[in-house]
Amino acid sequence: MAASSLSLSPNPTTFTTSTKPSFSPAFHTAPHFIKFPNTSQTPTHIIVKPLTTHSPRASLSPIIPRATATPSTTQTTFHGLCYVVGDNIDTDQIIPAEYLTLVPSNPAEYEKLGSYALIGLPSSYTTRFVEPNENKTKYSIVIGGYNFGCGSSREHAPVALGAAGVAAVVAESYARIFFRNSVATGEVYPLESEGRICEECRTGDTITIELTESRLINHTTGKEYKLKPIGDAGPVIEAGGIFAYARNTGMIPTK
Amino acid sequence: MNSMASSPIAPNPASFISNKKDLGFIAFSTSSQFSIPKCNRRISKKICSVMAPQQSERRPSTTGSVKTAMTMTEKILARASEKSQLSPGENTWVNIDVLMTHDVCGPGSIGIFKKEFGQNAKVWDREKIVIIPDHYIFTSDERANRNVDILRDFCMEQNIKYFYDIKDLSDFKANPDYKGVCHIALAQEGHCRPGEVLLGTDSHTCTAGAFGQFATGIGNTDAGFVLGAGKLLLKVPPTLRFVMDGEMPNYLLAKDLILQIIGEISVSGATYKSMEFVGTTVESLTMEERMTLCNMVVEAGGKNGVVPADSTTFKYLEDKTSMAYEPVYSDEQARFLSEYRFDVSKLEPLVAKPHSPDNRALARECKDVKIDRVYIGSCTGGKTEDFMAAAKVFLASGKKVKVPTFLVPATQKVWMDVYGLPVPGSGGKTCSQIFEEAGCDTPASPNCGACLGGPKDTYARMNEPTVCVSTTNRNFPGRMGHKEGQIYLASPFTAAASALTGYVTDPREFLQ
Repeated sequence: MAASSLSLSPNPTTFTTSTKPSFSPAFHTAPHFIKFPNTSQTPTHIIVKPLTTHSPRASLSPIIPRATATPSTTQTTFHGLCYVVGDNIDTDQIIPAEYLTLVPSNPAEYEKLGSYALIGLPSSYTTRFVEPNENKTKYSIVIGGYNFGCGSSREHAPVALGAAGVAAVVAESYARIFFRNSVATGEVYPLESEGRICEECRTGDTITIELTESRLINHTTGKEYKLKPIGDAGPVIEAGGIFAYARNTGMIPTK
Repeated sequence: MNSMASSPIAPNPASFISNKKDLGFIAFSTSSQFSIPKCNRRISKKICSVMAPQQSERRPSTTGSVKTAMTMTEKILARASEKSQLSPGENTWVNIDVLMTHDVCGPGSIGIFKKEFGQNAKVWDREKIVIIPDHYIFTSDERANRNVDILRDFCMEQNIKYFYDIKDLSDFKANPDYKGVCHIALAQEGHCRPGEVLLGTDSHTCTAGAFGQFATGIGNTDAGFVLGAGKLLLKVPPTLRFVMDGEMPNYLLAKDLILQIIGEISVSGATYKSMEFVGTTVESLTMEERMTLCNMVVEAGGKNGVVPADSTTFKYLEDKTSMAYEPVYSDEQARFLSEYRFDVSKLEPLVAKPHSPDNRALARECKDVKIDRVYIGSCTGGKTEDFMAAAKVFLASGKKVKVPTFLVPATQKVWMDVYGLPVPGSGGKTCSQIFEEAGCDTPASPNCGACLGGPKDTYARMNEPTVCVSTTNRNFPGRMGHKEGQIYLASPFTAAASALTGYVTDPREFLQ
């Protein structure tokens, strides 16, 4: 994949949250120099994610699951059925420890991780997230409460969701490591809702998420909800993770 | 791809990854505008900020006394990113002093490293990577065994200096290199040093904050990046300060303190934040107790926890490391997001009821909860002092346990202590003798497995929907194996007392 020709930005801007004037000289001489693309150039055309098919990120490269995405696959809208969970869904429930022998960077085992996504939920969840003998879920959007992904730092958690075909999680808030792992791997969009959507949506409702407008529409109930903007993390996930993003934007050499 | 093999790192020094040589050059020649001369560990451990003479002109705003007061965490990250100051919320590239990984996340991290940096790429520093098989060791699960083999192959190929291998699974003692639970092994082997930055592919990496260092858990992808680049983009967290004063009653342990705090601020109360523990009580704690305190900051969502290094820290490190280190401390004027104060002398033994570590209750309030088993082990509650504490309760009672009591020393060193150290006041008996007299299970081979319910054949895994009092760190549904199992998190005192009665029990019943 010729990622070099697909740089998102020909004119990178310096990225830093520190804007103290006294620091700018240091920034230009120190080795810590980060280029970020001008995100306003992000394509805005809409590709609707089908209800039940695989994540296009995964299907781009059948050999290596963490495929390097290209701008042409930009998704700003997700459409599908949702699976609703509660507060404090920890990573043991997303992928129980007995399945951590599966190595996410191994393609076959990556697929297998998908089959166990959310299998650790208590039996009070009567609907299975992934049917037995399936690797993929029919729910491409997970809706949760606060502190989603707390607990263990296992990257297997966002990977299992992504491998199962989840495009986005929408929760009130996230535990830090899960959020970071989601962005670093580019497996799922960890989106934040403004309110407790998890109490107003039901598993099986048809949902559309419009990323650029930070909006979630529940077609089953006819209600719309505001999401918090994904910000700088968006382009990283879109690219397929930090490595792909860094290559696309010229931060690190292309392969 | 091939061109990546020998130089996985961007050749352009202005790019965000710099190789060692560039970094050294820049650190010593062009960074004089930084206010605090840095201790660049990459170059020499001997160069410390307090000693370094002023070498060249500086900006007026950066000379003299501290202009911007910082917390410990901010200072550690500032130094590791070669900046004079940092504020919460800033993203900064941090040079990593130690990267730890284990058998569960190591193979995936290695896979990412190879995929991204090239099949023939070399790690950034073979002496700064510590690889500790500890999660799924004593199992016949072939994939788990294979994962340890992957670690071994990688360590051989990369000539990793610190690899604590195990080959003979039938007898852990036949493996002199094998340590056991990574967070305890890191401390015992001298990899935890004040002022440094330690990252690990495990959420409980925060344990090492007990040494006054910045330590936090990361995922495979970030670890794969660090393996090749030796640095990582981190956001500077704001700090919550916990001031714990008062004499600690003899029936309390650090586990009670952290359960108190988590109960207070909830499982997300410290999300994205640093937790700094100070006060006379914290100063009086041993290193192992400080580790318990920092171990569970992640259960409050914390990014890291820190205890200022002091004479207790330096004493512990005396025979463990010969590397120079430089502790840093929060400035008096440092800004804390909020401060919490506790009078420890008034606290009572606590538990966290199912299914959340913040579901706090007094142990005595749960005296009617019948239990099926007790587990003493893990990075939280499987250290030498944890077993000493349990033995103290058994000794004081003189009775036998009423439920199966599983003991899993965290490391080989802890196991030897359990079998070798005399318990004070016992007339020279070891923990192992006291445990045997109390009817506990024989202390098992050091590993993490049961705490997180690893492979089905893991010793002490909860395969039935039972009720367990455990010295571990999490009680989410299914955490120790069975989804309908119920876990009460408690101190080793409370766990031992509960084993003796078959109910959740306040240890004061035996200790007073």
